[in-house]
Amino acid sequence: MSEQATRQGQLVLLVATRKGAWLYHGDAERRSWRVDGPHFLGHIINHLVLDPRDGRTLLAAAKTGHLGPTIFRSTDLGQTWQEAAKPPAFGPARNGLAARSVDHTFWLTPGHPEEAGVWYAGTSPQGLFRSEDGGDSWAPFSCINDDPQYREWFGTVQDGTPDGPKLHSIIVDPRDPKHLYFAMSGGGVHESGDGGESFAPLVDGMAVVEGFDPANVAFHDPHCLRLCPSNPDRLYQQNHCGIYRLDRPADRWQRIGRNMPAESGDIGFPMVVHPRDDRTAWVFPMDGSDVWPRTSPGGSPAVYVTHDAGDSWQRQDHGLPPGQTWWTVKRQAMGADRESQIGLYFGTTSGDLWFSTDEGGHWEALARHLPEIYAVEVGYPR
Amino acid sequence: MRVLIPSALHAYTGRPWVEAAGGTVGEILDDLERQFPGIRFRMIDEQGNIRRHIRLFYRREMVFDLATPLADDEELMIVQALSGG
Repeated sequence: MSEQATRQGQLVLLVATRKGAWLYHGDAERRSWRVDGPHFLGHIINHLVLDPRDGRTLLAAAKTGHLGPTIFRSTDLGQTWQEAAKPPAFGPARNGLAARSVDHTFWLTPGHPEEAGVWYAGTSPQGLFRSEDGGDSWAPFSCINDDPQYREWFGTVQDGTPDGPKLHSIIVDPRDPKHLYFAMSGGGVHESGDGGESFAPLVDGMAVVEGFDPANVAFHDPHCLRLCPSNPDRLYQQNHCGIYRLDRPADRWQRIGRNMPAESGDIGFPMVVHPRDDRTAWVFPMDGSDVWPRTSPGGSPAVYVTHDAGDSWQRQDHGLPPGQTWWTVKRQAMGADRESQIGLYFGTTSGDLWFSTDEGGHWEALARHLPEIYAVEVGYPR
Repeated sequence: MRVLIPSALHAYTGRPWVEAAGGTVGEILDDLERQFPGIRFRMIDEQGNIRRHIRLFYRREMVFDLATPLADDEELMIVQALSGG
């Protein structure tokens, strides 16, 4: 998305959880918040996203424990919802490959500002979909869903997270709607320069779990990929095996996580970039040792920020619980606003929503005792 | 024929019992989709498989084949198999 000028204004936090969705409307100072929810109580909401092109359209990726996946749409900021006429669904078997069924839609990305109504979706099992009518009807996108090589890289449900590998972090270059990136929880980072006609892996320099071959794309496990709005040639990535930066046109990732303090390591799920400063980014480390507890290292949660593109990192934990705290933050559950002093927001696996209005210097709880939080997005309604 | 709809799908039908026409399970589901758009995909995936937690019963027997013929004076019961937390 193209970066908009710094603005002071009311924003809304879009909180997707294992048991429904909530909207938190902030005032201009980000001091008081009005809660709107639950929406879809009992539904698993993996992602809830506001279309920045109109500031009114919301899409929610939903399923329940018993029913198939769907997409809900609202064109009035959540006052009313309609179900998509044709949610993401794979086609019949092709190319001699087994037919697949979408278990859930995991990721939603609005299209380029020049392509009104276009949205992209990533699913589990891993697949890429596109809508051209504002999210009402979806079709498999590009060749990858039924490409034998990509099928090998997609892996199976046994290769991924507990509820299946996920295609995520779909990014549209703000300068070119045909320049796309996406990442897979199992299967690497991929790039297209032709509007999705073809994709190619972008994994050089990325580490894999010890003992595996980094030349095999299937072994690469990116957790979160971000493009800097102020410099679309710069990408940051939180991976299963470290934190990385890539400055295009180079195609070799640099492991900037090696500069993280040893006690926190450089494993985690989310990554957030500054909307106006391509040297500043935030991560939320987690314990990736032995059996992968996926908790805050040492039971002391903290955000880490870099202001020099990853050469150094500083801990930001003022206001966060000091110890015996075992939640963590999932890959799409941390975000930033665009105010003059950036606000940061994250949701925890224990259902708490935290925020900072001074770029991570101080943290406060905004809401507690929600269901497990899967995603936090920041939107600017119009 | 009468069809029992599980509570998770009442958002589509507004009531537990509905009428649907068709000579097979698949045709009944198609008629449900015609009446209540979106409902079929929540129960049957894009490859025609009954979803993991959906169970169909006809004459007290579980139905696995959408081609199963049905008699119009009978009932089709769709239930959700509760699991998980």
